Amino acid sequence: MADFSFWVIFSNLLLAARWTVLLSLIAFISGGLVGVVLLFLRTSGVKALAWFVRIYVEVFQGTPLLMQLFLLFFGVALFGIELSPWAAAALALTLWTSAFLVEIWRGCVESVPKGQWEASSSLALNYVEQMRYVILPQALRIAVAPTVGFSVQVIKGTALASIIGFVEVTKAGTMLNNATFRPFLVYSLVALIYFALCFPLSMLAKKLEGRLNVAR
Amino acid sequence: MSPAETRPLVEIKDIRKSFGPLEVLKGISMDVAQGDVVAIIGRSGSGKSTLLRTINGLETFDSGSISVDGTPVIGGEKELKALRRKVGMVFQQFNLFPHLTAAENVALAPKVVLGAGAKEQAETAREMLEKVGLGDKLGNYPSQLSGGQQQRVAIARALAMHPKVLLCDEITSALDPELVNEVLRVVETLAKDGMTLILVTHEMRFARDVGSKLVFMHHGKVHEEGDPKTLFAKPGTPELAQFVGSIG
Amino acid sequence: MRKLDFSALLPYADALVEGLIFTVVLTLVSTLAGIAVGTVGAWARTSGPRWAGGLVAAYVEVIRNTPFIVQLFFIFFGLPAAGVKLSEASAAFLAMTINLGAYSTEIIRAGIDATPKGHWEAGLSLAMSRFEVFRHVVLAPAFKKVWPALSSQIIIVMLGSSVVSQISAEDLTYAANFIQSRNFRAFEVYFLVTALYLALSIAMRAALAALGAKLFPKV
Ligand SMILES: Nc1ncnc2c1ncn2[C@@H]1O[C@H](COP(=O)(O)OP(=O)(O)OP(=O)(O)O)[C@@H](O)[C@H]1O
Ligand SMILES: [Mg+2]
Repeated sequence: MADFSFWVIFSNLLLAARWTVLLSLIAFISGGLVGVVLLFLRTSGVKALAWFVRIYVEVFQGTPLLMQLFLLFFGVALFGIELSPWAAAALALTLWTSAFLVEIWRGCVESVPKGQWEASSSLALNYVEQMRYVILPQALRIAVAPTVGFSVQVIKGTALASIIGFVEVTKAGTMLNNATFRPFLVYSLVALIYFALCFPLSMLAKKLEGRLNVAR
Repeated sequence: MSPAETRPLVEIKDIRKSFGPLEVLKGISMDVAQGDVVAIIGRSGSGKSTLLRTINGLETFDSGSISVDGTPVIGGEKELKALRRKVGMVFQQFNLFPHLTAAENVALAPKVVLGAGAKEQAETAREMLEKVGLGDKLGNYPSQLSGGQQQRVAIARALAMHPKVLLCDEITSALDPELVNEVLRVVETLAKDGMTLILVTHEMRFARDVGSKLVFMHHGKVHEEGDPKTLFAKPGTPELAQFVGSIG
Repeated sequence: MRKLDFSALLPYADALVEGLIFTVVLTLVSTLAGIAVGTVGAWARTSGPRWAGGLVAAYVEVIRNTPFIVQLFFIFFGLPAAGVKLSEASAAFLAMTINLGAYSTEIIRAGIDATPKGHWEAGLSLAMSRFEVFRHVVLAPAFKKVWPALSSQIIIVMLGSSVVSQISAEDLTYAANFIQSRNFRAFEVYFLVTALYLALSIAMRAALAALGAKLFPKV
C-alpha cells in the first residue's frame, strides 16, 4: 500500500517534470534571444536605448517574479487579452530571464579590454561588426560559466508557474499531496527532482568557472 | 656567556621536517639563552622560515623537540595558546589587521586573550607604540602608515603580550631601503633592553653588529654557528665564505 | 477595453500597509537570522571539523538547487507530518532564514577565503585561538568585502518572499490577492503592489549601502 502510493507519486511527478524542463528551455532560450537584443541596445552607445534597458533591468530584477506572472496572467486578462497559464508563464519567465542575462553579459562585454574596441574601430568595423567579430567572441568565453549558473535560477523560477495553475512538478506535487495526504514524502520528492535537474548544472558552472580562472 | 647551570630559554633538539618528499629541516639543534640575539642567515630555501615557524607552532615538525621556557611545543589548541603567550612573532609582510587602528591592533590580543579592560588596553597601546616611536599614530589605520611605520606597529603589537622571545622573519625585506633603518633601530633598542630575539635576516651588518650569535643554515642544517664578528671576519667553511661574499 | 481605476484601491489602503509592514518585518528578521546562520555556516566550512563542513556543504547545495516555494511547502505542509507544526508566519520566517542562510554561507565563505593567510598567522601568533582570530580579525574585513553581494542576496530574498502568500502568510502579495478577490481590479492592484516592491527594493539597496558604509568605513 505504502509502496504503491510512493511509485504513483514518484512517476506522476516525473511525468510533470517534463513540463518543468520544457518551460525552462523555452524561458531560457527565448530569454537569451531577448537578452542578446537588449545587450546590443545596452552597449550601443545610444543613450536613450541604454537607458531603456537600464530601466527594464531595474523593473524586472527589482520586482518579484510572482508579481510579473500575476500582472500578465490576471492583470492583462482584464483588457481582453486572455493568456493561458502556459503563455503567461513562458512570457513572464522570458522577460525576467532576459533582464538577468543582459546584465550578466554586459559585465562580460565590459570586461573585454577597452583597447579591443579601439583597435577594432580603427579597422573601420562598424558597431555590429565590432561586436560580432571582436568583442562577443572574447566575452563569450567569460560568459559561459555565469550563464550556465543562471539556468539554475530559471529552472527554479518555473516553480512559480504552479501558482497560476500551470501543471509542472510543483503543481503536480500540490495535487498529489491533496490526493494522498503525504506532504512530507511528496515535497521531498519534488525537491529531489529539482535537485536532480539543478545540481549538475550548478556543478558544471562551478567547473567552467574554475577552468576559466586556470586559463587566465 | 650564559651561565651553564640555567636552562636555555629556547631549546631545539634534532628537529626534522619534510614537505612531502622534500626534507626541509634535517636535524636542527640550537639553544637560545635569555637575552641572546640570534641571527639566522642562509640562502633562500635553506629552511630559515620553516625553522622559525616551528618555534611558535605555526609549522609542525616530524621529529625532535622544542621547548620554550620549559613549555614543550606540541599540537593542541590549548598548548599552542600557552606557548604563543611566551613567543611573539613579526612577519615580513607586517600582517597588520586592516580594519583596526594602530592602537587597536596593539590592544587586540591583550583584550581578547588576557581580558584587559578598556583603560588597560589604552595604556598598553600607548606604551608599546611609544616604545617604537609611534606615540602620535595611535588612531591611524594601517593603510595610513608607511611600510616602516606599519612594521613598527607590528613589533609593538607583538610586545604587548610581553613575550619571552621575539621571532622576526626578514622583517625589513618588504620595505623600501630608506625605511629599513627605522625598523632596525627599534630592534636594536629591544636587544639592548635585554629582549631575547631570534631573527632571520639578510642585513649582514646588522647581524654582525647587534647579534650575539650567528647561525648559518645550509640545506636544512646548521652549517656553522658562533660569534658573529668572528664568523664574518673568518668563515670556517667555504659555504659561509661564499654566502658572505655573495651578499657583499 | 476597460478603464483603469486606481481609486478603487483606496478603501484597501490599510490592508496594503499591513501587508507591506509584514513583508518588511519578515525580511528584516529573517535577514538577521539568515546572516547569523550564514556566519556559522561559513565558520564550519572554513575552520570547523570535517563532518560539520560536509554537512554545511550539503545544506547549501540542497537549498541552492531547489526552489524557495518547494522549501516553503516542505516546511509548512511537510514538517507537520513529521510532528513539527508551524504557524504561517513562522514557517515563512523559517523558510527565508534557511534560504538566506545557505546563500550567505557561500557569500561569507568567499570573503573568509579571501583573507590573507598572514592575518590568520598573525592572530594565532598573538595567542588567539582559531575562533578568536575568526571573530576579531577575519570576520569584519570579510563582511566588508562581500557586503555588496550580501546586499543583493538580501533583496533577492525579499522579492522571493512574495511566495509566502501561498501558505496564507499575510504579506504584501497576500494583501494584493485579497484585494483583487474583492474588487476584481487585478491589474490595478498588482500594478501598484509591483511598484511597491520596486520601491522597497530600491530603498533597501540604498539603506544597505548606507549601513555598509557605516559598519565598514573606508580607511
Ligand atoms: N607549506 C609548504 N609546502 C611545501 N613546501 C614548502 C612549504 N613551505 C616551505 N616550503 C619549501 O621548504 C623549503 C624551505 O623554505 P623556507 O621558507 O623555510 O626557506 P627560507 O630559508 O626561509 O627561504 P627564503 O630566504 O626564501 O625565505 C623551500 O624549498 C620551500 O619551497
Ligand atoms: Mg623565509
